Parts: sequence; structure tokens; C-alpha cells
Amino acid sequence: MLICHHMNRDEILHLGELSRIALTDQEVSTLETELSAIVSYVSTVTDIAGDDADATPQVGARYNVLRPDVVTNEPDQYTQAMLQEMPKTRGRQLQVKRILKTN
Amino acid sequence: MNTITALITAYKTGETTPTAVVSAYLDVIAAVDSGINAFLAVYKDEALAAAATATKRYATAAPDEVLPPLLGIPLAIKNNILIEGQLATAASKMLENYTATYDATIIQRLRDAGAIFIGAANLDEFAMGGSTENSAFRATHNPHDLDRVPGGSSGGSAAAVAADMVPAAIGTDTGGSVRQPASFCGLVGFKPTYGAVSRYGLMAMGSSLDQAGPLTNTTADAKLLHDIMSGLDPMDATTIAPDTYPTVETKDTYTFGVPRSFLTEDVDADVLAAFDAHVESLKAAGHTVVDIDLPMFEAGLAAYYIVMPAEVSSNLARYDGIRYGFSASGDDLLDVYKNTRAQGFGAEVKRRILLGTHVLSAGYYDAYYGKAEIVRRKMRAELDQTFKTVDIILTPTAPTPAFKLGEQSDPLAMYRQDIFTVPVNLTGVPAISFPLGTVDRDGKALPIGVQYIAPHAGDERLFDAGVKIYDSSLSPK
Repeated sequence: MLICHHMNRDEILHLGELSRIALTDQEVSTLETELSAIVSYVSTVTDIAGDDADATPQVGARYNVLRPDVVTNEPDQYTQAMLQEMPKTRGRQLQVKRILKTN
Repeated sequence: MNTITALITAYKTGETTPTAVVSAYLDVIAAVDSGINAFLAVYKDEALAAAATATKRYATAAPDEVLPPLLGIPLAIKNNILIEGQLATAASKMLENYTATYDATIIQRLRDAGAIFIGAANLDEFAMGGSTENSAFRATHNPHDLDRVPGGSSGGSAAAVAADMVPAAIGTDTGGSVRQPASFCGLVGFKPTYGAVSRYGLMAMGSSLDQAGPLTNTTADAKLLHDIMSGLDPMDATTIAPDTYPTVETKDTYTFGVPRSFLTEDVDADVLAAFDAHVESLKAAGHTVVDIDLPMFEAGLAAYYIVMPAEVSSNLARYDGIRYGFSASGDDLLDVYKNTRAQGFGAEVKRRILLGTHVLSAGYYDAYYGKAEIVRRKMRAELDQTFKTVDIILTPTAPTPAFKLGEQSDPLAMYRQDIFTVPVNLTGVPAISFPLGTVDRDGKALPIGVQYIAPHAGDERLFDAGVKIYDSSLSPK
């Protein structure tokens, strides 16, 4: 059974906040239509999954993977190449925005 | 049509050299790719240098010397796979200027085997799409009809092989992204058992679904590439050991199962006719074909469009403008994040991140992600039962031949293209697409494909069936 799940403007804007994506008005109105249709469609999983009491969700098969606890790369092996890719650096450090305000 | 195996033989006999072959492919790329856009970058100088080294190696090899199995073979590599020192863009503005700082494991293995990387293949941004129209840079065209899409997301890889710009290419498959473009472009496309091939150095999309696989002209070539790329990797904890799953034997003749109720009115009539003709040819060749029921398998698409976006929203959280890639300015840290992601991602990527965020958010998690994982488990159980009586499941690869650029504007309609391919990724089994002739559209012959699905670790069975059924049908070159 296809249930209509309309997602309104406020819900889309909230998802944008959670996803850390600034959305334009145009994007919000397009997404209202598109996401409502997609969410209504994927809601059919509720019927497909059924009311199986034993059916607790489990993601994939589980097994432990361990590796020897040793250093796997040389000091500075990737440092310069990675510094090159950083948007802002100071010396050998990544520069970021201040997050605490001073009075 | 060139094959890897034919090229290797010609190199060994001295009939041709890697330098001659790589130069010839570079000439084809220069002549035709401006109308196809299969490549985002061509590594001309590096490829010619590697070809010269390979040529010298063949010329100086001792008669009994064992040479690397891909020595001098040019390949196109989907641009979401890292090659050290080359741009790895994922066809996204977010990584337009990002240079890979290391080789992916599969790149290292192909390099060690003597392969030459001739260029970076176009894709849908971050491998999200089924047409390669979502590339942030340019759309790829289908060499069989330039008005049509090559499929996706590995559309550049498929178009490069189909236009004879390269003998084989590597793609990635999260919900059909190797098999569907193989079908649209008339190639063999292989999605291995989940865990068979390392993802170290592949840009993660749906981590419980992603696998890398070859696009080739023959099954034998697909097997050759897969055998080199696959195997345990200490850098990817999801890679499986040879004994993780029970052995899946190869046989002289196979029992094929057809999920008949799955072949509905959504499947193009010509595709269905070709599929039925293939069923008859299998019977004529001594194989057995039976009808099967796969109700959960048929319901897989809804579960896929929960699980995949959920994993996308988590995996793409790393692109925030701080450590690498595109970075937009902003008043505070939050603005930097929001502006970077607003300007760096395209529409389809944003859509999937928002959808994934929704299905994982408090109050919705149980209703969506939880239920999707239950469906997924039921699908696995259903497959286990089915494979007790059949060896291989048979479906069309895609419900239609290639569509026109710009024709599919509704995202949900585009997602329905994946109906036969996504259950394979959700359950982790291997599958392969073979060309199934062509259908006529607007006076153009468009390729279509058939998909064979085997149990977990049944990769070898698919290659065996492909060599016996598909490769043997090809005229010798």
C-alpha cells in the first residue's frame, strides 16, 4: 500500500540544517515534490518487512577483523602530499575557523 | 573489437607492441572522444612512457620468462578510484582539484600486473546515477547512438570500451553501476561477491554495497582482470578469505531460474523477447531453465533507496571544506560547512544526502532503515533457499535499452532502471551482464543485456558460464 508522505518546507529546511547544506528557495520547492514522492515509495518497506516479531534489524554478517598493532607507514610519508590538499594551512598544520568566542 | 587476451598474444609473438597499441588507442581517443566525453583526463605522457617500458620488456624477455599478466594493456579507470598523483574528482566540483595521495589497492595490483592507465573515465557525480548525466563536468554519450546515454554511473568506462578507445575499463557498482552501462553499451560487466575486491582507495558511496568490477568485451577478459584485483587486503577489513563462503562448483550444464512474475509490463517488449529467445537458446544448449518465485527480491528497490542514501549521507559527511577538496567561505564554521556543501555538490547528491538524513533521523530510523535491513535479511534467506534448486538466476540487466539524454527527468523513474540490479548488491551475491544482441530504435541498433546471478563466492561459476555461453558465441577475431 502506497501511503502519501508529504514533506513540507520546514521539514526540508530542517534536513538541510542536519545535512549541513544551505538550500535555496528554488531547491526547497523542488525537493518538497521529489522527496515526498521518494519517501512515499520507500515507505512500502514497512509492508514488505511485515510484523515479524523475531525480525530485529541487523546490518550484515558480523565477525571480528584484527590486524597486528604495528605502525604501517613511515613518519612524514604522506605529510607533504596531504598538506598540499588542505584548503588552508599554517606550516605543517591545518588551519580552521575559531569555534569559541572571546569576550 | 580488441580483447586483452588477443593483445597479450600479439605482444608475445611480436606481431605488435605496447607502444604501437597505446599510440593507436590515443589516436582513437583524440579522434572520437570530443563527441562522446568518456574521459575526464587522458594520461598521454605517462601512458606512452609506460608503453615504451613494456615494449622494451617484451623485446628483451627470455623465451621462458614469465611476464606480468597485463604487461602493456591500457585501461580506463573510473575517476572515483585513486591513482597516486592524478586528479581524483568523482566528477564533482567538490573534488575538482583534488590530487590522490596514494594508489587504491586495485590500482596497485593492476600496476604490478603491468597495466597502463590511459585515462580517467567520466561518471555520475560520486557514482550516483544511471546515465552519467549527473557528472558535474559533462555528460557522456553512448557510442551506439550519440543522442542516448551510456548508462551509469560507470558510463565513461563503458563508453570508452564500446568506442574502442581502450580494450577494457574498471568501474564501481553500488546498485548496478557496472552492469547497467555494460548492458547499454554492449559489453560484459561484472559485479563481484561483496568483499571479493578491496575498496581501499575507492570513494565510498554505500559501504555495505560497493564493489569494483571490470567492463570488457569478453568474459575471459573480465575474469583476467577480476582475478588480479580480488583477494584479501589488510587495508580493507571487509575483504573476504577464500573460505569465507562454501565452495560454489562449476558444472558442464547449469540450472537457470527465471523469476517470471518479476518480468512485468515495466520491461520493454523487445527486451523481453530477446530475453525469452536467450532462455530458449540455453535450453537448446542442454541447460535447464525453470521458473522461480522471488517475492522479496522483487521488493528490493524500496529497501535499496533507504539503505543506499543512509550510507551516502554518512559517507559524504567528510566533504565539509575543512581537510581537503573544495572550501567555500563563511562567517563561522557552520556557514563554511553549509556553503561548501551547497556549492560543491550537485542536485542528485544533495537529494540522496537529504533522503539519507531523513531515514536515519530520530523517530524515522525504525520505520525506514530498520525495516529495510529486515527486508534485506529476508532477501538473503530467500536467495539461500532458491540456490538450493538453481545454479544461476537469470533476469534482464535493465528493463529498457539506453534512453535519450534528458529523457528521464523524474528521479523516481530513473531509480526504477535499477530494479533488476539492486537486489544483487543488497544481498552481496555476484552478478554479470552479457550482451544480448540489439534492438532497433530510431534506425539505430541499441545493445541490451542479460544478467546472471550466482550464490555468494560463485564468481567463478559466472565466468565459467560466460565463457561457455557468451564467449563461445563470438566469432574469432
